[in-house]
Amino acid sequence: MRASFVLSEIGIGLRRNLTMTVAVVVTVAISLALFGAGLLIREQVSTMKDYWYDKVEVSVYLCGEGSNSTNCNGTPVTDEQRTLLQNDLQATPLVEKVYYESKQDAYARFKEQFKDSPDLVQNVTPDALPESFRVKLKDPTQFEVVASAFRDRPGVDEVQDQKALLENFFKLLNTLQLFALIIAAVQIFAATLLISNTIRVAAFSRRRETGIMRLVGASNLYIQLPFLLEGVLAGLVGAAFASGAIVALKAILIDRLLKPNFPITAYVGWDAVFAVLPLLFLTGMALSGLASFFTLRRHLRV
Amino acid sequence: MIRLENVSKTYPASARPALDDVSVEIDKGEFVFLVGSSGSGKSTFLRLVLKEETPTGGRVHVAGKDLARLSHWKVPALRRSIGCVFQDFRLLPNKTVFQNVAFALEVIGKPSSHIHKVVPEVLELVGLEGKNNRMPDELSGGEQQRVAVARAFVNRPMILIADEPTGNLDPNTSVGIMKLLDRINRTGTTVVMATHDAAIVDSMRRRVVELSQGRVVRDQVRGVYGFGA
Repeated sequence: MRASFVLSEIGIGLRRNLTMTVAVVVTVAISLALFGAGLLIREQVSTMKDYWYDKVEVSVYLCGEGSNSTNCNGTPVTDEQRTLLQNDLQATPLVEKVYYESKQDAYARFKEQFKDSPDLVQNVTPDALPESFRVKLKDPTQFEVVASAFRDRPGVDEVQDQKALLENFFKLLNTLQLFALIIAAVQIFAATLLISNTIRVAAFSRRRETGIMRLVGASNLYIQLPFLLEGVLAGLVGAAFASGAIVALKAILIDRLLKPNFPITAYVGWDAVFAVLPLLFLTGMALSGLASFFTLRRHLRV
Repeated sequence: MIRLENVSKTYPASARPALDDVSVEIDKGEFVFLVGSSGSGKSTFLRLVLKEETPTGGRVHVAGKDLARLSHWKVPALRRSIGCVFQDFRLLPNKTVFQNVAFALEVIGKPSSHIHKVVPEVLELVGLEGKNNRMPDELSGGEQQRVAVARAFVNRPMILIADEPTGNLDPNTSVGIMKLLDRINRTGTTVVMATHDAAIVDSMRRRVVELSQGRVVRDQVRGVYGFGA
């Protein structure tokens, strides 16, 4: 196999079909960038889950003066009930740690949380806030087991899972990821058709050459390889652009904009980005290679 | 070298067979004219030998190989042992004379050093020395056909197939091409030439196989174009 011959054939082919090649590169780049973004969003969700599930707690609110749940019956929790609850929580195997938050602690936290709205803080007294146990679970997904065991115990007003609040946010991110992947799939479909068309046009515009090649006994590989490599090369260039877009997304959107302004959570790191990039190149190569291969089989018979 | 045994070929779109029970044997080193009117089956005959078509019945043997049992990936090797020349030359317009001939070797993976050795030799053989760097559109029809012959012969095939090689040329130029094919034949290459040109067939006095409506109607060792002509 003469590499120089194959290379010059590829060069001729790409130049002859420049507009089509550009269209292929752009479509492949967009589809792969969206694909990569979708993968990164999934990575982000799992990063955030790791980060937050480590911190979320189950709050067991105790009955106070103003509690109007049927469980409380309008009577505040007694010291006896409180001690019993704490001991039982600590004895539960699923529970890792239990903190007690008194009305005073709750008030201090409330003041800190709403320090920007003094009116609100003025109207609240420590007595109005419920005391609670903050329970950290060994496995945050086992919330329901703990909740059902303590929900109806005397002195318990309400059991609340902070994880439930996060779940909504994760749902949003998952929807976003789904959309990115759907658009990526549609784009990949379009890219496949474009590649297949480009190869067809290329095969047609070089039918004189390929006709002679067949006649003088060039092997299938020799005839088809330039076309195949042309498609793969366009796919790889598209993947390179997509990788650039993904790196820019991480460097600009995440590192420059989100990280300084929303430091409350963890973000996907460069390791996740670098794990996605080879996948983009592989997908780009497989996509264009397969599209070219099947087109050639139909339009470049020997 | 080429043997057809009771070969029939019917194209899917037509009811009448293009070849109907044809048996012909062509020995190594022979020069054979294939004559007959348009549609008599000459081109189908040649396409079967190249395995561009497969017969609907009978067997085709080329260079000792049964083409029906030749696997798909061995077809290129078969075609390397057969050179082809056509009425319309089929040169690449954007390549020079040298590049056109070299192309046939490049695409079968011959090394550059070999190409630079044999291409000038074959160009000299066909009488085109000194025209290496001409483009096809700068050449006369006869010269273009010589380039095509050079390309067909550069790999020293055992068989040369010519499908009306003089169809686009005037009589004087045609004689030149025939002399060239004759010279190639004398090197031991089997030549099969389909033609309409009665004058050429009559002057060469070689074997003539006449086809009519897909059947062999005449096979003469030292024949002329037609009985009435």
